[in-house]
Amino acid sequence: MKLESNVPSGPLEEKWSRHLKDLKLVAPNNKRKYKVIVVGTGLAGASAASSLAELGYEVSTFCIQDSARRAHSIAAQGGINAAKNYPNDGDSVWRLFYDTIKGGDYRSREANVYRLAQNSNSIIDQAVAQGVPFAREYGGLLDNRSFGGAQVSRTFYARGQTGQQLLLGAYQSMMRQVHAGKIKNYPRHEMLDLVVVDGKARGIITRNLVDGSINRWQADSVVLCTGGYGNVFYLSTNAKNSNVTAAWRCHKRGAAFANPCYVQIHPTCIPVSGDYQSKLTLMSESLRNDGRVWVPRDPDDSRKPNDIPEEDRYYYLEERYPSFGNLVPRDVASRNAKMVTDEGMGVGETGLAVYLDFRDAIKREGRDAIAAKYGNLFDMYQNITDDNPYEVPMRIFPAVHYTMGGLWVDYNLMSNIPGLFVAGEANFSDHGANRLGASALMQGLSDGYFIVPYTVGNYLADADLTSVTTEHEAFSEAANASTEVLDKLLQINGDKTVVEFHRELGKIMWDKVGISRSKEGLEEAIEEIRALREEFYQNVRVPGESSYYNKYLEFAHRVADFFELAELMALDALDRDESCGCHLREEYQTEEGEALRNDKDYSYVSAWEYGGANGKLETTLHKEPLEFEFVELKQRSYK
Amino acid sequence: MSEMTINLKVWRQKSANSEGKFQDYKLNGVSEHMSFLEMLDVLNENLIKEGKDPVEFDYDCREGICGSCNLVINGRAHGPKHMTAACQLHMRNYSDGDTIVVEPPRAKAFPIIRDLVVDRTAFDRIIEAGGYVSVKTGAAPEANLIPVEKEKADEAFDYATCIGCGACVAACPNSSASLFTGAKLAHLNSLPQGQPERDKRSVAMVEQMEEEGFGDCSNHAECEAVCPVGISISAIAQMRRDYMKALV
Repeated sequence: MKLESNVPSGPLEEKWSRHLKDLKLVAPNNKRKYKVIVVGTGLAGASAASSLAELGYEVSTFCIQDSARRAHSIAAQGGINAAKNYPNDGDSVWRLFYDTIKGGDYRSREANVYRLAQNSNSIIDQAVAQGVPFAREYGGLLDNRSFGGAQVSRTFYARGQTGQQLLLGAYQSMMRQVHAGKIKNYPRHEMLDLVVVDGKARGIITRNLVDGSINRWQADSVVLCTGGYGNVFYLSTNAKNSNVTAAWRCHKRGAAFANPCYVQIHPTCIPVSGDYQSKLTLMSESLRNDGRVWVPRDPDDSRKPNDIPEEDRYYYLEERYPSFGNLVPRDVASRNAKMVTDEGMGVGETGLAVYLDFRDAIKREGRDAIAAKYGNLFDMYQNITDDNPYEVPMRIFPAVHYTMGGLWVDYNLMSNIPGLFVAGEANFSDHGANRLGASALMQGLSDGYFIVPYTVGNYLADADLTSVTTEHEAFSEAANASTEVLDKLLQINGDKTVVEFHRELGKIMWDKVGISRSKEGLEEAIEEIRALREEFYQNVRVPGESSYYNKYLEFAHRVADFFELAELMALDALDRDESCGCHLREEYQTEEGEALRNDKDYSYVSAWEYGGANGKLETTLHKEPLEFEFVELKQRSYK
Repeated sequence: MSEMTINLKVWRQKSANSEGKFQDYKLNGVSEHMSFLEMLDVLNENLIKEGKDPVEFDYDCREGICGSCNLVINGRAHGPKHMTAACQLHMRNYSDGDTIVVEPPRAKAFPIIRDLVVDRTAFDRIIEAGGYVSVKTGAAPEANLIPVEKEKADEAFDYATCIGCGACVAACPNSSASLFTGAKLAHLNSLPQGQPERDKRSVAMVEQMEEEGFGDCSNHAECEAVCPVGISISAIAQMRRDYMKALV
């Protein structure tokens, strides 16, 4: 397997502009001869599809939801970063780049991250022109707020629904192209396989989720924008249907999977209440602008939070990290929450929660000002917990939220399978070992609006593609393989439901491949995952048939792929004998409990090549070295 | 933690063309902390173990923003709680022994796919007809060159917050999609960015809405009452104004 990053040479600030000059173009009258498939219609997919269609390509879009507008990007709450420096607080492209690469604990490519920061401003321009109703100041200009891991205010927002508004902007642009006949849109279709002909991505196999039919789609290029794999943990803030299947099937066809162990655990989520719990709800990080995180100093303190006086409260983030306080990056905040609860200071019925308190902010700014900023989040919290956060502190706890790992891509966002591009959370991305808040929306839209439309054209310009139809044997083989997977699952007819297996898998992952990891725990996890997977194929019960709408059949084959991914994540975490960002190996910590990197041995992207037989993964690790020409690697400090 | 027994009457229908009926289920051990959809998850786990077909219903984010869930609960879209999507409804709103009727939103323009799952692609086609600002990627001017009064931006946001769930249609005696269509028109037509295409958009979206088989609005305001994000019915007044203005 050859992994060339294809990062252009030259000064950091000029790499992208020089590259744009070198990228090959397809003439306008030739663009319509090329078919491009976009899988997934979240921020990356919808923006890529609309931009490619505007250029003139024949685009088809596929999503599992009943409408392209419902992709999980819609749930992003807090905001989107850009280096506009409107607040005049010293921001710049360099600073956004630097914060992002430092926030990722120096485990991402310099050139990619710099390009992301460069594109950030154009995204805001694009969204505003589409009519995205960002928050504004009384003078009519755009407002900003602060987010974790930065000392400037660079986050643009639309109340607590920034993802919704940005996604609707991209979705509407996409629907405009559907109207123009340039996009054919297929909702309720799930990608089951990638079709590779002569080593190049030439199409996909889907299942029509309404009538169960297996369909073949031919194309000249495939752009995968299918999101992350946080649901391998069963409980996460991801939507219930978010899954790894499309990406995993590409991996099985030869696409390298990079940094699978980098999982972001978000510090501010509503705690788990019982076994029936089906998902976790995020409370936006923006709340940490005004909310103060604390626990009672005395683990045996049973007083109600409002009865606990100031001197008995442990504002652990403010005390331990005076310069960033409650706005430390997510990995640091999550780890500290685990630390204080491990020490018995946790609150609530389960002891697995900490307080996020708005008392002081309400006293300072008034209830109305706080309601204007966070009203919908407070309502959501009250709805779920029956507690009023204006009067009692919220209870929060970390939950799986985002996956930095994903399919390996080069600087052009192309995987190692020519013609297969991967954008948004689905690629291994620009966030290194930890993503900063308000950077996911930025990356999805940067990839979709401003990178993929150029680089797909560059690929097509001299791809030298042979003519292929859906009758080609590669299509037949992939379609048959997809049918077999479904039939096999339906025939097992065991005693345990898919949800029961998934919940058990999630527990293994949370306990042993979650916030902190150890060699011993990871080795145990691998054994347990293998055993559970074996049991799954003997004892799962999948109801109904494949010839009609059957949600539990969809879940079954997604969980089957999660089993393999889970093992790969544990293998990757085991290989990485260091701590970095969200990946905390208990063996490698500073005296103060911070992640201890080993730049000498682990400054690389791990890219895994699939191999597997008899229920056992046999993968091969490839390493893409990370070279830092422009930033100096330092121990990350938010003290 | 108190546990309840809940009696369910759930609409079961195999496909668009087959006949449907209500099926009774008795569910024990329901926790007050469960969400309504988690209660249905538990029902489905039981059904699967009994070798029966689970109840199909749409959901995804389970935090009230994706608009996938659209259950009609005891005759009310999204159930009893004001400004709350079905996925955000919790069982603490019910008591031990309650009977709950669950059915799909019923409208000609939303054909049933299976059980509680319906086809809402008509909404996509209404947006497709004109629910956008025609701006190509890369053609946008610097963002702060387009100042928008804060009040106007906030009002546009209030309309833009529609989650496209279809509760408005389910609640309307005419199965009208006026609140959905009006919300998108009010969002875009009230912003400076939306002005150049205002007339064209208003006519195209209203006509598409009619073509899809949704009824007209006769001011019952049931839509506003059930809207999980509180879209105001004044969206419909503005839609009519904009539509009329565009025609004269």
